[in-house]
Amino acid sequence: MKPADFNLGDSNLFGGNPDHPVRSYPKFILWGIGEATDGSLLFYLWMLVLTGIALVGANAWAVQVHDGMIVTNMTDHVSWGLYIANFTFMVGVAAGGVMMVIPAYLYHDKKMHDVVILGEILAIAAIVMCLLFVTVDLGRPERFWHLIPGIGRFNWPLSMLTWDVIVLNGYLLLNLHICGYLMYMRFLGCKPNPRWYVPFVMVSIFWAISIHTVTAFLYCGLGGRPFWNTALLAPRFLASAFVAGPALILILFEVLRVTANLKVDDGPIRVLLSIVRVTVLVNLLMVVSEVFTEFYTGGSHTASARYLFFGLHGHRALVPWIWTAVVLNVVAAAMFLLPVVITNHYVRVAACTMALVGAWIEKGMGLVVPGFIPSTLHEIVEYSPSLIEWKISAGIWALGLMILTVLTKLAIVVFQRPLAQHESEMSSH
Amino acid sequence: MTNPRRSEENDQVGSEATEGRSRSTQLPIVNQSGSSRRTALKIAGAALGLVAFGRAVAPMWSIPENISIAEFLQRHYKELTDEDKQEIFQRLASETKTRYGADVTIVDHRPIPGVKFAYAINLSKCNGNGKCMEACHRENNHHRGTNQSYIRVLEMTKGSLDMEHGTSTYDHPTPQPDKYYMPVQCQQCDNPPCVTVCPVEATWKEEDGIVVVDYNWCIGCRYCEAACPYHARRFNWEAVEIPAAEINPEQGYLSNRIRPQGTMEKCHFCLHRTRQGRLPACLEACPTGARVFGDINDPESSINYVLKNKRVFVLKEELGTRPSFFYFFD
Repeated sequence: MKPADFNLGDSNLFGGNPDHPVRSYPKFILWGIGEATDGSLLFYLWMLVLTGIALVGANAWAVQVHDGMIVTNMTDHVSWGLYIANFTFMVGVAAGGVMMVIPAYLYHDKKMHDVVILGEILAIAAIVMCLLFVTVDLGRPERFWHLIPGIGRFNWPLSMLTWDVIVLNGYLLLNLHICGYLMYMRFLGCKPNPRWYVPFVMVSIFWAISIHTVTAFLYCGLGGRPFWNTALLAPRFLASAFVAGPALILILFEVLRVTANLKVDDGPIRVLLSIVRVTVLVNLLMVVSEVFTEFYTGGSHTASARYLFFGLHGHRALVPWIWTAVVLNVVAAAMFLLPVVITNHYVRVAACTMALVGAWIEKGMGLVVPGFIPSTLHEIVEYSPSLIEWKISAGIWALGLMILTVLTKLAIVVFQRPLAQHESEMSSH
Repeated sequence: MTNPRRSEENDQVGSEATEGRSRSTQLPIVNQSGSSRRTALKIAGAALGLVAFGRAVAPMWSIPENISIAEFLQRHYKELTDEDKQEIFQRLASETKTRYGADVTIVDHRPIPGVKFAYAINLSKCNGNGKCMEACHRENNHHRGTNQSYIRVLEMTKGSLDMEHGTSTYDHPTPQPDKYYMPVQCQQCDNPPCVTVCPVEATWKEEDGIVVVDYNWCIGCRYCEAACPYHARRFNWEAVEIPAAEINPEQGYLSNRIRPQGTMEKCHFCLHRTRQGRLPACLEACPTGARVFGDINDPESSINYVLKNKRVFVLKEELGTRPSFFYFFD
């Protein structure tokens, strides 16, 4: 690694700041809150709407905690539903941000390096959503402390769920540190010291792979659920994560271009598009391979796949979902291959949105629910989420978008302020 | 924090910074001084938001009446001393009295040393009458709102052991001529997937082979329910409702006491009976004599006779769960 590729400390700026870095940290937090909550009328409107949705979600969750999980449409047959579906998808989004980190830090793509913080911010928002989706799925959320190593009883290393607790919280901390450190250094007006963040970035690359691998192991380790019990699950999860993550970032670029007048260079967009062009096809290939194995072999092990794609004994609740996903994924894959996707904003956003929704269905409702149908005793009980489940999920999405908005806003301000300072100081040399 | 002074790097950074500057359109940097009106509005907005949040989660405020601090802080079963247990059992009994109006005794039944329980069902005798399910429902203080028990009796089609050709929701006189009946409940596996996956060790296998749940430790994630290949686990989706007169007052902490909302439960071979030398409620209720229960370490036990003399099989043997629950045909 060439040190010249990183912004080493700048003594002028550091020396010019009278405050000790530790003492000025509360100041940074206060300033950050001020900056992140300042904005146009549109910004306030957006945040107000999100707050409203989040509050509806909070209310629905309170009802669920009080009345019990009976207010969901989950049953002993389909014991995980919309929450765990969203959780699985969001782990992918969080992991997908690494597709900006790898070009930026491993391949020294300078243009990508300028915007890589967005990928890390997206990871923070996505992980917070993951943790919330798991929390709202608990029957006894107040007993969460039983999961804290050292205080509760942590069934590690046997339970894959304990691994998930470690990797998700670890990934959150890593990204909080990286984003926080980079922003704080810019706020102080000094350049970040690579020793304090590059090792963490390198760890976060492997960590990103691990969060989605562990989440796949959560399912594929269960011998009693043939639909999940496939070695292809973890690679499939990663492939679709590397579709969903970059697709969401590409959409985010467009949103920033329109709302914040922030023009992202073509370079990162091209890199992300090249990644998605490959991963979307790899993902489709794996789905085809999975479907072939299921249907060509036949037998009762394929009952879940038959239920998902064609319905079983007249039960067809998931058939419209999965075929929507198939169409979205195939059309998105085709659109990504067209050159126009680079030049035309609308085509690009359309393709990304389709890929994103396709992945959400395929990995959420299309993966979690059919694992339970038919049940392990081959009973068929169908599932569609209740209003409470939709409210809570929408609330968590709203909160995630609020975190994403606020942090992105802060990053834009932070990374523009010190740059101006740099420039003036540099030009005065 | 070190600050290596290397002019070439500073130049590099400088040019990078200039690039970054020219690429991105400038955002107006908000001047924060003199914006006290805006700050006041923000604080008011935040306060309003907090109040709204408080109102939104209001349904939860009534919960502390039902959940005591003592219950919140209660340790895992295996970490409890005998005094802790006495205190907890008394608390649970008094809560049952308050909530359900029934006087119950809660006891900590421990495994009998040297005993390992096993169960077998004679599929030639079982005729699907469902008396075992009814007995389980009553014995184990199941929620009256659902008619469920720890047992599912599958009506199977003769000529196949494939459960795809079975149903547990049959609603007609039994036995049907072309059917046979297969009750399925917790198989008390020697290699139980539910125990492996539990993130908080709220479920474990005891020395006599019974897999138990600490209902006061379970967080309700339902991973065990996904992991069990026999659909043996149940979740308490809502608070249990039972008329006081119907409550079975002889309760075990790890077995048939009334389970709290939001936790898992499962068949425990009626350990509050079997660890005291009695038979499981489902066996006593069975009118056909299809059920055989006992200690496999006792060479004289009827379960040992069955295992030695009948062609027994276990469900889903290929999964390697090693059940302590056997089936056979006469």
